[in-house]
Amino acid sequence: MDYIVNTDQEQQEMLAALGLSSLEDLYKDVPEGAKLKRKLNLPEGVSEFEAYDALKSLALQDKVYPVIFRGAGCYRHRIPAAVRAITSLPGFVTAYTPYQAEISQGILAGMFEFQTMIADLTGMDVANASVYDGCEAAAEAMIMCLDPRHMRMLVSAAINPEVLKVLKTYAHSQGAELVMIPVRDGVTDLAALNDLLDDATACVYSENPNYYGNLEDVRALAAAAHAKNVKVITGVNPTTLALARTPGECGSDIAVGDGQSLGLDLNFGGPTTGFMATRTALMRKLPGRIVGQTADRNGSRCFVLTLQAREQHIRREKASSSICSNQALCAFRNTVYLAALGKEGFREMSEQCLTLAHLAAAKITALLGYSLAYPQQEFFLEFAVKTPVPVSRINEVLDAHGILGGLELAEKEMLVCVTEANSEAQIETLVNLLKEVQA
Amino acid sequence: MNLIYEESHAGHRCTRFAKIAAPAYQLPEKFRRQSGTNLPEVSEVELVRHYTEYSKQTFGVDSGFYPLGSCTMKYNPKVNEETAALEGFTDIHPLQPESTVQGALHVMHTLRTDLCELTGMDEMGLTPAAGAHGEFTGLCLIKAYHEHRGDTRRKKIIIPDSAHGTNPASAHMNGFEVVSIPSKDGVVDLDALAAALDDTTAGLMLTNPNTLGLYDSGILEITEKVHQAGGLCYYDGANLNAIMGISRPGDMGFDCVHLNLHKTFSTPHGGGGPGAGAIGCKAFLAQYLPEPVVAEKDGVYTLTRPEHSIGKVRGFWGSFNVMVRALTYLSVLGAEGAKKTSENAVLNANYLMHLLKDVYQPAYDRTCMHEFVLSLEKLKEESGVSAMDVAKRMIDYEMHPPTMYFPMIVHEALMFEPTETESRATLDHAGEVLHEIYDEAVNHDLDLSKAPYMSEYSRPDEVTAARHPILKYEHH
Repeated sequence: MDYIVNTDQEQQEMLAALGLSSLEDLYKDVPEGAKLKRKLNLPEGVSEFEAYDALKSLALQDKVYPVIFRGAGCYRHRIPAAVRAITSLPGFVTAYTPYQAEISQGILAGMFEFQTMIADLTGMDVANASVYDGCEAAAEAMIMCLDPRHMRMLVSAAINPEVLKVLKTYAHSQGAELVMIPVRDGVTDLAALNDLLDDATACVYSENPNYYGNLEDVRALAAAAHAKNVKVITGVNPTTLALARTPGECGSDIAVGDGQSLGLDLNFGGPTTGFMATRTALMRKLPGRIVGQTADRNGSRCFVLTLQAREQHIRREKASSSICSNQALCAFRNTVYLAALGKEGFREMSEQCLTLAHLAAAKITALLGYSLAYPQQEFFLEFAVKTPVPVSRINEVLDAHGILGGLELAEKEMLVCVTEANSEAQIETLVNLLKEVQA
Repeated sequence: MNLIYEESHAGHRCTRFAKIAAPAYQLPEKFRRQSGTNLPEVSEVELVRHYTEYSKQTFGVDSGFYPLGSCTMKYNPKVNEETAALEGFTDIHPLQPESTVQGALHVMHTLRTDLCELTGMDEMGLTPAAGAHGEFTGLCLIKAYHEHRGDTRRKKIIIPDSAHGTNPASAHMNGFEVVSIPSKDGVVDLDALAAALDDTTAGLMLTNPNTLGLYDSGILEITEKVHQAGGLCYYDGANLNAIMGISRPGDMGFDCVHLNLHKTFSTPHGGGGPGAGAIGCKAFLAQYLPEPVVAEKDGVYTLTRPEHSIGKVRGFWGSFNVMVRALTYLSVLGAEGAKKTSENAVLNANYLMHLLKDVYQPAYDRTCMHEFVLSLEKLKEESGVSAMDVAKRMIDYEMHPPTMYFPMIVHEALMFEPTETESRATLDHAGEVLHEIYDEAVNHDLDLSKAPYMSEYSRPDEVTAARHPILKYEHH
């Protein structure tokens, strides 16, 4: 099967108009040695119904957990129905990058709203229109800070390991050095940071909340870095930002994060989207698409892709990033999600995550042998718990009850995540099952 | 058109969450946000109407002819959206036990195998997020290959002057020095290539068919020369839609290749993403692929780390729901459909070029592949009407303009890529429209520098936008 519109006869007529007799004649520039002289070894094509059925049978092999207490970089939240409906509208789905502003105002205005919301949430001056994901956003932020005399980045050992892996790849490609700042009591060690800062250091990267769910004293980290003229990059979980102190309020220079938790499904981890926000002074160092407001010939307010002198299609090898396609539809979904929740709904969602996580932590640690791994730290929606039995055994029991338990951090330590998608009844069930494992 | 903030009314709500009994937890002041957010406040109907208006103001492939060169704006079949929305794909966590995601891994493995066959590669990593990201990753492989052999002199990447801007930018991101070589008759100048090659050459980046829509007949000599000099050959797969089942990058002599699943494999562009840029390579480079690759043994699928992996280029495993769409598409096409797809993409491009070339000059008047480039230099000289003016006037006829002013080596360039999913009637109509526009230009019927006339918005003032950037809504 195929999606070709023209019939064989129409194709023949078109060939005749070109003075050709067969489709093969179109390929006379292909040398014999580069021609595939056999049929592709692919299955025979099928109808859309057969294709759907085959994919559906594969989808049914995956286990969809009714209850999830696992995050670690990918979070299940509730998504209002209107979000899916709006972001499935064909204009948004089937447009290319909005190069032609006259017929792309909808998507451009949506991106402008996205930039506004990200700047608002992070407390920064400006945001770009998205990069690939939160990991790559951190790497792009690093590149913004590097220069030939500052090729060193200090990275908190308390960051998400996925982000760290990506940072390492990009640092190697840039010829930059990554130095880890040790963790102390579940947060970045400030004294160690002070010892590591030097004249070659370009920037410091930490996350808030960090991988263990703990809130960091970003203000103190930023003050220490700024005292040595070093830039501060903060990775955030955006769902916490209704209540948690923003990177802007903490003095960070660049805020980055992943938009998955703002209205995107789990999707086995991708695609998500990365956001980047910064101070006005660093605006022209931001990579990727940026939308700006202007007016058309008739004086009507409109929006365009702007500051393009930064980008690969203009600067070619002088561009700091090669990013072209970004994650526009995912970022747009963030926008519609945030608009659907609105000021109050977003606060409510964030507060429920915070409250339910603390409720779960209190109930779990009331069980014999369970304790918080970092009792002296504040956390938001994830927390590390020491367990009396191996985490793998706990998760086997939970799995049998349709629950994806916390992520194993060590044999007897797990990272539990609670969002507004987890009800108080689910927390009760979790606690009761943990009791069973104990027995 | 209002922004969502201008539709906001204090107290309007769209979403409410289930009530919880537990008293709200209070963060200590030290960790608390100092002021509330400025998110808008709208009801559900206000939300839906606002964004439905936005969708009307956004031209997509579903709206009409979209011959944007180099972007392969083919129709995006709706069944792809249905499979991508299956709960077993959308509601699985990336850190679930592998035994619980065998269906998803099976999807990835099948796609990997199909893409290897289509490109003539031995292994395929699926993690990169887009074409440029695939390029970046491919250059990481080339760098790792030379480093692993201790060959540290190879710092140069050769790129033709007709290349996509992402090519030199991706090379630069990897610390390579970019050597740009001129084209001759629209293809690689073999002498210029030979002169650029030496023992500092890390590799060559090439698109074939190239950005002029030409298949480089010298391709076997080109890749051989690069290999003789000790370099590797990187294939930019942005233009694969021309050659599926006909000529494979692996058979042309390329060592690694990226594919844009959001071009050739029909996954929608979404206004600029999410895409996916699979990265394929020959067996000797597979050890460097980014983590993870999907492997199969005795019917069990696993995610594995290649022995000398360059590491990760993004979080988790890739743009999974884009892969689901691409596999759905390939399942429908099969071997024959894939070949027919490319043949018809090329036929449609040649047919449209044939319709236009009596008034607009092809940059190269010969059989093209899936796209072709016109030069409107003569029209500009004679009438003052530019490529931009003609492109913008197409909007008045409810068509998306072609790619403008690219590749940079052609003056007043317009690049058309109709794709195989357009009918002859659509192409005939586009031909008529472009003739009318030509007549308007030469007869000065209309001031085309002010086009489009019919759209709700006319040309934006881009200079002011860049000079005095307003990048967010200011709350009053």
